[in-house]
Parts: sequence; C-alpha cells; structure tokens
Amino acid sequence: MSLKSAAMKLMQKAIEHAPDSMMPGGKPDPLITRKHGIVGAPVTRIDGPLKVKGAAPFAAEFEAEGLLYTAVAFSTIAKGRITSLDTSAAEKAPGVRLVMTHKNAPKLKPTPMFNTQPKAAGPSDLPIMQDDSIHWNGEPIAVVLADTQEQADYAKSLISATYKEEPAVIDFDAAMKNAHEPKTILGEPPTINEGDAEAALSAAPNLVDKTYTTPRHNHNPIELHGVTLFWEDGELYVHDSSQTVAQSAWTLAEVFGLDEKKVHIWSPYVGGGFGSKTLWQHHVLAAAASKMADRPVRLVLSREGVYRTVGGRTTTQQRVAIGADADGRFQSLIHTGVAAMTEHNDCPEQFTFPARHLYATKSFLIGQKVADMDMLANTFMRAPGESIGTFALESAIDELAEQIGIDPIELRARNEPESDPTTGKQFSSRNLIKAYRDGAERFGWNSRSAKPAARRDGEWLVGMGCATGTYPYYRMPGGKARLTVSKDGFVTAEFAAHEMGMGTATTQTQVVAERMGVAQQCVQINYGSSDLAGVFLAGGSSQSASIGASIHAAHTALVEQLIKLAGSKSPLHGLDADDVESRDGGLHTKKDPSHGESYAAILRRAGKDELSVEESAPPPMELQHWSMHSFSAIFAEVGVNTITCETRVRRLLGSFDCGRILNPKTATSQFRGGMIMGIGLALMEETIWDSRKGRIMNPSLAEYHVPVHMDVPEIDVMWTDIPDPHTPLGARGIGEIGITGVGAAIANAIYNACGKRIRELPITLDKLM
Amino acid sequence: MNPFTYARAEQAEDALKLAEAQGARFLGGGTNLVDLMRETIERPQSLVDVTGLSAAIEETSAGGLRIGAAARNSAVAEHRLVRTLYPVLSRALLAGASGQIRNMATLGGNIMQRTRCAYFYDDDGSRCNKRTPGQGCDAAEGFNRYHAILGASPSCVATHASDMCVALAVLDAVIHLRSPRGERTVPFVDFHRLPGETPQVETVLEPGELILTVELPANPIAKRSTYRKVRDRSSYAFALVSVAAALELDGGKVKDVRLALGGVAHKPWRALRAEEALRGREATPENFRAAAGAELIDAKPLRYNAFKIELAARTITAVLQELAEEAQ
Amino acid sequence: MRFLINGQPVEVDVDMRTSLLDLLRDHLNLHGSKKGCNQGACGACTVLADGERILSCLALAVQYQGREITTIEGIAEDGQMHPLQRAFIEHDGFQCGYCTPGQICSAIGMAAEAKRGMPSHMTRDLGAEFITLDRHEVRERMSGNICRCGAYNGIVNAISEVFVEAE
Repeated sequence: MSLKSAAMKLMQKAIEHAPDSMMPGGKPDPLITRKHGIVGAPVTRIDGPLKVKGAAPFAAEFEAEGLLYTAVAFSTIAKGRITSLDTSAAEKAPGVRLVMTHKNAPKLKPTPMFNTQPKAAGPSDLPIMQDDSIHWNGEPIAVVLADTQEQADYAKSLISATYKEEPAVIDFDAAMKNAHEPKTILGEPPTINEGDAEAALSAAPNLVDKTYTTPRHNHNPIELHGVTLFWEDGELYVHDSSQTVAQSAWTLAEVFGLDEKKVHIWSPYVGGGFGSKTLWQHHVLAAAASKMADRPVRLVLSREGVYRTVGGRTTTQQRVAIGADADGRFQSLIHTGVAAMTEHNDCPEQFTFPARHLYATKSFLIGQKVADMDMLANTFMRAPGESIGTFALESAIDELAEQIGIDPIELRARNEPESDPTTGKQFSSRNLIKAYRDGAERFGWNSRSAKPAARRDGEWLVGMGCATGTYPYYRMPGGKARLTVSKDGFVTAEFAAHEMGMGTATTQTQVVAERMGVAQQCVQINYGSSDLAGVFLAGGSSQSASIGASIHAAHTALVEQLIKLAGSKSPLHGLDADDVESRDGGLHTKKDPSHGESYAAILRRAGKDELSVEESAPPPMELQHWSMHSFSAIFAEVGVNTITCETRVRRLLGSFDCGRILNPKTATSQFRGGMIMGIGLALMEETIWDSRKGRIMNPSLAEYHVPVHMDVPEIDVMWTDIPDPHTPLGARGIGEIGITGVGAAIANAIYNACGKRIRELPITLDKLM
Repeated sequence: MNPFTYARAEQAEDALKLAEAQGARFLGGGTNLVDLMRETIERPQSLVDVTGLSAAIEETSAGGLRIGAAARNSAVAEHRLVRTLYPVLSRALLAGASGQIRNMATLGGNIMQRTRCAYFYDDDGSRCNKRTPGQGCDAAEGFNRYHAILGASPSCVATHASDMCVALAVLDAVIHLRSPRGERTVPFVDFHRLPGETPQVETVLEPGELILTVELPANPIAKRSTYRKVRDRSSYAFALVSVAAALELDGGKVKDVRLALGGVAHKPWRALRAEEALRGREATPENFRAAAGAELIDAKPLRYNAFKIELAARTITAVLQELAEEAQ
Repeated sequence: MRFLINGQPVEVDVDMRTSLLDLLRDHLNLHGSKKGCNQGACGACTVLADGERILSCLALAVQYQGREITTIEGIAEDGQMHPLQRAFIEHDGFQCGYCTPGQICSAIGMAAEAKRGMPSHMTRDLGAEFITLDRHEVRERMSGNICRCGAYNGIVNAISEVFVEAE
C-alpha cells in the first residue's frame, strides 16, 4: 500500500467513525421541518411555455454568420490501420470547405478520462484522429465541413477507406475468458466477501444459483447529440447539449491546451441525456475543424452517428446464488459476473452494487470483473449497474421465494438488514418495507396467485410480480453556487448545473425561494453554462443534492454578510447566522418572527443595489459516514399472449422511498420516465452486436425498440415522503431509481403469468415460445 | 444524398416521358425512398414525383375496387368500401408504420418499399447482394432474427417489410402497369420475386414502368377477412410474422379460404398449400394447424429465427379460428 | 421554391435534396420542428400539411410547395397558446421538451382524423361511423411519437382533456 492510499484509508476510517455532528448533514437542514412551504408543492414547470411552443433553443438551433455544416465518416472495422483514405472526390464536391482526417487534423491531446481528475470528462483516453489506427468499429475517420448539410452529407458519401485489419476482441464470450478485476468499481473494491459463501450455499436447505445476461443498451435521447460552436480571440464557445458543462469545458481546454476559462459551454436546454450527453469525440472534432476552417461549425450526429460514437450501457453476464435456511433467512448471497469494457475507459457497470446493501446475510461473495473488448467505450446509462443488477438479483429472490413457498415480499422483509450488510454503517434513512406494504396495498398484491399460469383473460395469461429497486444517494464534490439578492427583493441563484427535463429549473427555483424566504416569482435561476459557479454532474442522481448543498452554503454566507451589512441600526444587529432565518422576503430572528428586516430594507439602507456571494458546498463526507440509498418497491402486472407470446404491461406501480419529494409533479414524471425505460429494458431494448465485426447492427430508432405510447399503461407512483435527516432538504436523488427493479418486476410477473422464467434480457416473445 | 433532378407529373404519360431520363425513379410519399437516398443506398439521378397521379378509389363495373397508385395509405384504410368489403386491407394498413407515415405513403410506394434487413441498410459496413450484387450476404450467418424462413436463397434471406402487401396478396389483387411500350396487368402475387441469385431484382417491374392502379376483384369472401401482426412492441414496429386471411364457411366446412403471410419471405407469401389443404375440410383448430404445417413444411430456419415457424403456425391457426367463429 | 408556412408565403432558394424539416430549421429559422432521427422513426419532426400530420424529415421540401404547412410555431390561436399546449403544461406532458412540438402537432392531426371517423389498429368495429377516443385509441394513434423521457401518461392526459372530455 502506498503512503497516499494508506493515508486515504486512514481518512476514510476517521470519517466513518467521526461523530454525526461533524458530517455535512449531521445537523439536519432546518428546511426539512418547514412544512407547507413551496418545497413539496406541485409547481408546474417554469420552462413549460417555451417548450410547448417549440421556442426553447437547443444546441443545434443557434445561428452564426458563416456557419458550416458537418458530416462524419466512420470506420467499418474494429481494429487495425487505415491503409488508404481517399478524400479527393469529397474535397472537390460542391460547397465543401474542409475534409479533416488524421492526415491533416491539428495536434490534439487525448481527453483526460472521466474519474481520473476532478473535472475530467473524457469518454476514454484514446487519441482523437491523430494517426491511422482504428480502435472500434464506427470510430470517426473523417469530418467534412460544407456550406449546407446536404452538401456535407453527400461529400462524406464520396470518401472511401481501406484498412489493414488486426485481430480484435469483439466476441463477449471469448473476451470473458480473460476477464479480470478492475482496480476499483467507482472507488469501491471490485470484490468483497465475508465467510465462506460457496460452502454456505451448498449447505443451505434452499438455494438458487442462476446465470442472468443483459444486452447492450443505448440511451437514445430524442435530441441528437450536437454542437454549434465557434472560436473568437482564441476562446472556444460551444452551444452544447450537455449534462457536464464544467467538466466538458475543462476537458476541451486540456485537449486544445487552453486555460479552462477560455472554453465556454452553454447548454440551458438539453433534449434528454440519460447519461449520454457527456463529452464525446464529436465535440473535439467539431472544435478542431472549426479552428482549421476558421468558421463557426454545427455538428449534429446522425442517429447512426450517435450509435457509432456515443457509448451506451454495456453487456453483462451475472451469477446470482442465494442460500437460505428453512425460514428463508439468507445464509449466503453470491452476486458475481462480468461486464464488457475497453482498455481505454473506466465504466465497469456496477451491477453488484445493489447486492452490497439490500439484504442481511450470514455470508456473502460479491464481486465483478470486466472483459476487455475492442469496442466503443461504454458509458453510464440511467442507473448504470443498478438497473441490470437488480434484474438479476431480484429475479433470483423471486425464484427463491417460490422454492421456499413464501410470498416474495415476506422473503425480503425477513432479510431486511438493521445496518448496511456489507459495510456495517448505519443507514441514513431506510423505509423499504414500508414502501412495499404501502405499494402492495394500493396494487392489490394480495389478489396474486402464488401459482403461475392461474389467471386467464381471453387470449392472455395474466400475472403479477414485484421487485426491489435501489440507487445510492450521491452528492458530488465541487458544488458551488452564487446567490444575489437585489434591493427590490429579487433573488438570483447561479450554478453550472443542468436541466435535461428532470425539472431542475423548477424545483431549484422552489428550493431557492424556500431557502431565501421569498416568493417563487421573485427567484431567477441561471444554469446550464460552464461560466457559472461550481462543478455539477447531471448524473448519479446527484444534481439536486449538490445544488441543494451549494445553495445552503451560499445562503449561510449571504446571511452572515447581510447581518454585517445591516449594521447597528438593524434589529438584526449582533445576531449570528444561526439565530436568524429567511422568511417573508428578509431575515427574522428564530425566536421572534416579527423581529427582523427585509432584504430590500437592509440593502437600501446600506445604499447597495445588490449583494452577491459565491460559496462552495462542503465535501460530501456524509457518503462515507452513513450508508445512503434510495429504495423502491416495483409492482407489475403483465399479460402474456398464449398464442404469440407477446408480453404487454397492464399495470405498473412504483412505491418509492427517496426522502422528501421536492415537487410531486415533476417527481412523478421522473419516476414514470425511469419506469418506462425499465419497460424497455425488460421487454424490448437491445443494441444488436454483430460479434463477427464488432459492429452495432441496429443503429436506428426504427430497429432499436424503445417503448412507444401503446406500450405504456397508466403508471401509478407513490412515495413514503420520509425526509432523510442527513441530506439537503431531506431529499435524495430520483433520476435513476425509477428504472431499477422494473426489469425484475416484469420478469417475475411474466413468470407468474405463464410459468416461464427468462433470465436473458430483453424478454422478447421468441424466448417465451 | 446524391444530387438529383426533380420533376412532378400530373398525368401518367408525362410521368413516363419524364422518367425516360436515365436513372429516374418514381417518387411517391418518399417515406422509404427518401430514407434510402439519405443512406445513399438509393442514388437516383432524377426523381419523377407521381403523387399527383390518380389517387382515386372507385368501384369497378365488375363490382370490385380500383385504387390509384397515388392513394395515401390512410385514405385507403379509411375508405368506407375498403373497410366494409376488404377489411383485411384496412387492418393491414392500420397495423403498419404510424399515423404520420400512413398520411404520406402511397399505395404504389408501399408496394415498392424495400427490405429492412440491417445488413442491407448498413451501406458501407456490411456485405449485401441486394445492394451490391455479388458482394455476399452478411445476414445469412449474422443477426437474422427478422429474416426469411420461406423462399430464401444463399444470396439473400431478407424479408418484405410491407403489411399492406400481405393483404393485397390475400385479396387476389391485380396490378395495372404502364410503360412506354403500353399497359399490362400482373397478378399481385406474381409482382414481387423471390431472391434467387438476383436479390437486387425485387419485382417484375421493368425499367421505366409505372404502377397505375391496383384492382381488387369483387369477392364475397373478402368481407370476412382480417389481419394479425405480431411484433416486438405494441405499435410502430415491423412484423416478425403477420397473417392475412379470408374465410368462407359452408356449414362447418371451409368453402373457400385465402391466406398470406408477412415477415417470412422476400415477398408477401401467399399460402396456397395451406389453402388447398383446407378447402372442403372441417373448420377446426386442428385442421387449421395442420394446414399451417403443410405451408411451413419447407420452412428453413436461420440461426436466430426458428421461432418464426412456430409463431407463424400459431398465428395462422388463431386467425382462421377467429374468422371461423365470426362466421358461425 | 415557394411555400406556404403558418399562413405566410415564403420563397426560398434551396437544394433539391432539402427535406421539409431542414427547410424549416436551417433556412426559415423555424426550429420548433425537431430532428430526432431523420429517418421517420421518432415523430419529433411532425408538422401538419393541409391539416394532416406528416413527418417533415421524410418529406422532400420540393414536394410540399403549394401545400399549407403548419408547424408548432403556427398553432397558437389569436396569439394565445393552443388549448393543447396549455394542457401539456398542466399535465406535465413532457420533460426535456424535445419531442413536445411533434407530439402536439401529431395530436392535433390525430384528433381531426378521429373526428372524421378514421379507424385505428385498436378500433374493433371497422364499420363504425364514430370513433370514441378512449385511452387505448389515443395511445395507439400517438405511437408514432416517441418520448424517451417517458411523459406518455401526461401526454395522454393532456390530449384526453382537450380532445375527448371537451367533446
């Protein structure tokens, strides 16, 4: 162990054992107990009018003088070298201004890879168009700039390339033979174990031991990935569709050798992301081509281009084995497996994470490996790991319950842990069994027949299933916010966060209004620009917590300054920030709410137009101190057609335990959206991989099936609304958890409907025949 | 997309004249051709827009129905006479694509639509004999879950993607064609070809020849007809297997029957063997299933599509049973 | 080429290859119609041509000269939002908002189809004179508009409120 890692271990131990009060969130956020405020109200989206009018400007909709359009050509082999690249016809084609290939591209540093440095956003550490080497089937080999999109597309079709192929690892089965443990799984040890789980499994009177497989997935936000960008005075300006504005700006600055302040990324509107709207090669290629051509450039990837160059969720093979005593108490829990990855990225698809926190067990063996393949770097997609990990784990639970002959909810309740089963930490808040009981009641779970194939409705066999969903609470380092209060009582909050449809703009307006004690109409929030304060990731369901903590910190600093500014004539004179609270447009003492002064009065007396502070959130040490997770109980009712084996989801209910819900209206949409992606995961989504060429064969929304209106019934959602005492506002993130558990709930319902247990996603009709 | 010239024809004569230019293609709603041009799989040098030609849907003197090739899919599906006299055609159209596409796509264009084979669509990344004759077929040993189980060849295992055409096959439709050499008619079931060694030749249409109309003969059996489509999601997906059928009973016996399959072959597959096996037999699920078996006896599964054989058999049986129950 | 867009005649010199969608977005500064796949598979580009919903990405602009094209920018009535636009906001019928203009244009076209008795895949009786737009009918008819955020429930609620309950 190096000195550094030893020191880190020591630090970690110290945080784990430190008193709660020393942790961020150790002292509950005072807003948790403030009821009937604007937080928690079903506020309608503030960006709604713009969006329904089609007037919200997305990245590819900005105009620029002399704008050039782009088309990208892709490799058709997985590994090797370009032996010839004929661009002559393309260069002569009408309207063409530039054809950029490895032969003429400017020198570009590789993108620093995500997770290697605080603001690194690189999808991999591969060079971008710097030499003739090919690393995946679909790698960009040429970029065409032309006066119109039609001209660029046509010229691209005139480019021809030949290759010298090299042996490539493109078959997952073959790659698994050389699977290995990565150094960490997102900072966690790849394998953890306690006791002899294999021996305990063999000795258990009840056991399941099954293999589950999950395919590749693509995010498929409806807005295509694209940028409109230009260079001016050595600075790069990018209209992007991004869930990582600050990280992308820093990373692009590294690639082009610039000060990070010289790269500006704007992304106030994002047409869906789900993990995919991070930094990819097209950003770098567009910026490089724009620099070469000295013209503004718009690059919008084709839908095929998105599949070829923006990674998706990787494929996995998982083993879940559970041994239980006669009462169903777990003696052994084994969840192991392999995910495909590349040697050039670090996205191991943490499918064993749920098993680390969900069940009490006497012994466990939980570990995962990666199999290196020559493919496009895979990436995070909505609930990376947890979505497909819960499919395997929660299917196995259902199998075990049937074997033992007890209700699957009861089996889960019997193995509900007191504290985190693998780390021993206290849960910050955990009400999973309540979520189950509430959900079961509303869903009518007790009408389910334990015996499969017992209920028929015409041609359809009908069944019910349930499963647990879970996702960790994350708060990312780097959060920072600027709060400005003006003499007319208006508040502006600014932070480099993102709105991709989650409702951030709306809920954070509520949060700022509540925190500042002003009406929602008096709050303006600015986000979606790398020029704003802080580093936020619209990912890991972390953004609301990261913004919440940043605003809290900025508010505390602002209050201190306001008290100072108020001076000796103010009723606030001599008070500490702790003594006052924000309400009714100003600061008031906690003891006597009538005792206080408005922001406007303080500023006017001081002769100031406004007061502005920028403050950082504390480092997220609470994550190492408590076991912090959200939970859900998902209930599904499906019909399986007795003739065609088509499966239709008839009812779906999600009962969530995610702390306090900030806005029931937008939260409902978030939950439903995740659950619908879960329907896709369960029944239809698969990125088809031709393992002879390592090529994606359905790079299209026509052939990659995502759920359409007809696939989606009315989805019921409910929540415990029990605040987490250790998070800002008592809330935990809700972006990812919706998808988790849904795959298993539907698979379990299918089993209950027709008696067929499918352990391979997606559950298409051929598997049920 | 390659550059092209464009001309719009208001009359068939004009269309044929305009199309004499080399490499001309007739353009209907564009829902397939424009997509394929954008993928540079189709590279016509000129387009002749024929959406201004006859879109009329009218009764023939023989009591059938004549539909202009420019008739929109939605207009055909919606037409009162189609709905009542040829429900299978309405049903098939409504099972296809989306509301928007049905408002654009024409009858003629739908007949001419090309396969959705992923390797056909993968312009530069995969081999395809249909796209580049003699190149080889990457689908035969590749991802072929959607591919043919009947009538395929070593050169091509693609399927025909249309729903509407399966209905036309079952209705004994006749296509009226016109070329500079004159007019001719072709039975619909003979219009599309099996791939053989020339999968790039998908129909019997000659260069410059134009689809004018499709005629549906009067036939009482068509009134009791329907279409069932099996797919990977509830709507807006191509068929894995589809079945068009019409049935007429006499007592408990099959007096007459028409049956065609979609999603199983390079062309809409008229199931003549099954029909033959059923005429005069008792209308029972067992006999329906046996007839399906007779049709599928030569089915040859590929690596990923063996399920289609059982799926087709089950769907045929269910559709015929449904029609039989209606009739009784 | 001459077009009639949202009631305004426009004349513009464009490449023959230009789709109606790119004409709107790249040449007429009408960005409300969205590009999600450019292959007729998502519905984000839905506009109305003579009141009928079509996919502008699969439409060559040249074919639509002389047709009356209505985009999301043109559906407001007397400067007021269309009732369906208001209902989308009220029922949270979107998240990211990218598919929304297509959903709204599609729903308007869809409602007109249903009103004149157009059957759908879900319609049991093909001979029926009138269509009752129940939720199944709405879902089937709207299935050409994909919402990856999954706002389907809200969209159906909004459509039902405006086009079904109002009837």
